[in-house]
Amino acid sequence: MTTTSALKDLSQDDAIMMLRNMIRIRRFEEKLSVLFKRGKLPGFVHLYTGEEAIAVGACSALRTDDRITSTHRGHGHLIAKGARVDRMMAELFGRVDGYCRGKGGSMHIVSFELGIIGTNGIVGGGIPIGTGSAWADRHLGRDNVTIVFFGDGASNQGVFFESMNIASVWGLPVIFVCENNGYTEWTPTSELTAGNIVDRAAPMGIPGEAVDGNDVVAMRFAVERAVERARKGEGPTLIEAKSYRWNGHNEGEEAFAGAYRPDEEQAAWRERDPILAFGERLVENEWLSRDEWAAIDSDEQAQIEAAVEFAENSPFPDAEEVLDHLFAPSKERA
Amino acid sequence: MAAKTVTEERNVYFIEAMREGLRAMLGEDENVVIIGEDVGRSVIGATRGLVEDFGPMRVRNTPISEATFVGMCVGAAAVGLRPVVDLMVGSFFYVAMDQLADQAAKLRYMSGGQVNLPIVYFTATGPSGSAAAQHSENPHPMLMNVAGLKIVMPSTPYDAKGLMVSAIRDDNPVVYLQDFVLGGVRGPVPEETYSIPLGVGDIKRAGKDVTVVAIGAAVPKALRVANKLEAEGISVEVVDPRTLVPLDMDLILESVARTGRLVVVDNARLTCSAASEIVASVSEKGFDLLKAAPQRVAWENVPVPFSPPLEERALISDSDIDSAIRLTLA
Repeated sequence: MTTTSALKDLSQDDAIMMLRNMIRIRRFEEKLSVLFKRGKLPGFVHLYTGEEAIAVGACSALRTDDRITSTHRGHGHLIAKGARVDRMMAELFGRVDGYCRGKGGSMHIVSFELGIIGTNGIVGGGIPIGTGSAWADRHLGRDNVTIVFFGDGASNQGVFFESMNIASVWGLPVIFVCENNGYTEWTPTSELTAGNIVDRAAPMGIPGEAVDGNDVVAMRFAVERAVERARKGEGPTLIEAKSYRWNGHNEGEEAFAGAYRPDEEQAAWRERDPILAFGERLVENEWLSRDEWAAIDSDEQAQIEAAVEFAENSPFPDAEEVLDHLFAPSKERA
Repeated sequence: MAAKTVTEERNVYFIEAMREGLRAMLGEDENVVIIGEDVGRSVIGATRGLVEDFGPMRVRNTPISEATFVGMCVGAAAVGLRPVVDLMVGSFFYVAMDQLADQAAKLRYMSGGQVNLPIVYFTATGPSGSAAAQHSENPHPMLMNVAGLKIVMPSTPYDAKGLMVSAIRDDNPVVYLQDFVLGGVRGPVPEETYSIPLGVGDIKRAGKDVTVVAIGAAVPKALRVANKLEAEGISVEVVDPRTLVPLDMDLILESVARTGRLVVVDNARLTCSAASEIVASVSEKGFDLLKAAPQRVAWENVPVPFSPPLEERALISDSDIDSAIRLTLA
């Protein structure tokens, strides 16, 4: 596993932007937790708190025209890929200014112009979709790459193996980023999963790399290496990012899930806060003062408050929109 | 072009008509690609020979991973390809159901209309004679209920070509079902490229006493029965919807308005069949037009069995259609 990472290979601007994005995700998720408890959100949410370094490190290695597919725990991926928190919040409120005009909600926010081409409520559901965009880009002679984000639970879905196989055989520019947060819903993944997930790359004949998912710099460079290979036509890579989700599988689970994670385990991982660790490194490196760090944080907090206001002021869609968007208009004359 | 000339010069197998549609679209738009298991050799035949003309990147063999390649088309279509999948056998949709029903069918709607997904999933389907339960399914009733998939089920070589062209030009996921038993049927097909709009049915035989709506391989059966009944002075109109989503209910209601009687013949299990949907819609929208209770003719609610007498008993026979027609006239 890659345990050390070289800050010096990043630019200062990049590093500060990465810290900012991680903070944005953290504050967004914390706000959702509160809003959920207050009954302000329709439906349910799966929070990304604790795993911010994975999305931010990975997406910082992409161009804006590269693509991702995301998961039910997807808010972090979307923010890291450039999604606006106000339009995301509006979507979570079911409002017309949301990315999907309120038709998608937490688990289905997409923005094709940002390269976010699928966010899935089905565990593993996005893996073939991202493999497909990589196929199309390669077929059409473009050099875009696709990151497929998925969890440790999805690593036991058949489409994961199938997609790695076809991506290997066809040499597709796709990076499979498995976020191993230790739990498959409410069960320890170790009880359900044979061997190490990263080792599943070997029989497919593709590179596999295990990365400390709480180290944003390590994530950045692991993905950057994979992106470089993919752009050169050298095919897919599997990256297993080991981390931990601070919150439950979904908010409100305490009503039914019981205590399934040891307190000491949770405390130990919270000690390894990826944002705190990275911020401290930037301070040590004299790239950032503590005041500047605090200013970034309060700025991001303010953005989240503004996003909530934006969402609350956005109208619900007209109920008749229920019938819109099913099919694209037909070009053939009837 | 005179129809007579066409018939003499261009009598084409159904499966060849599909291939002509595929070939025309590969030629028309370089973003059209065909993938599937053994599409190079093409066991069923629709893609046979295309790899020689368009190369192995545009007619591309896949591993036996239906869920994955059905889903890959969603991502590929979202970024600019127009993928066409040869799924080979209709029941293989079940292997890929999440990617078809949760992904391909829903992504446009869930995204608030951000993206078009021009994909065609075609397959041979339906009973073909002792193919047994897992190779005899007709999945159209289930897929009609998904919302987000157009469904095409042609009954003639002419329709097979024109509907293939429209399906590939359409900017939505389209399921194109080729009844196995129709593959070897011949009929007139113009050489030039033409299209038949999705959602426009066709009156395959005009009549005045009873409307028989028939779907896919049920159409030739209905026509055979109609021709036989003509001798008894019973005039049967045979309506072929050609596409089930969108469904040309106007044409069906117009026909029922003329005849006052309705039989729907569906090559599928009875429960929640297309026949059930059509009979229900006509009952709601055209109850006053009906002179008799509408009838459904469909399979028994069992998997299609292997042994020939069992299979024959489970499926639709000409006499089932005959009896249903007579019941509406009784």
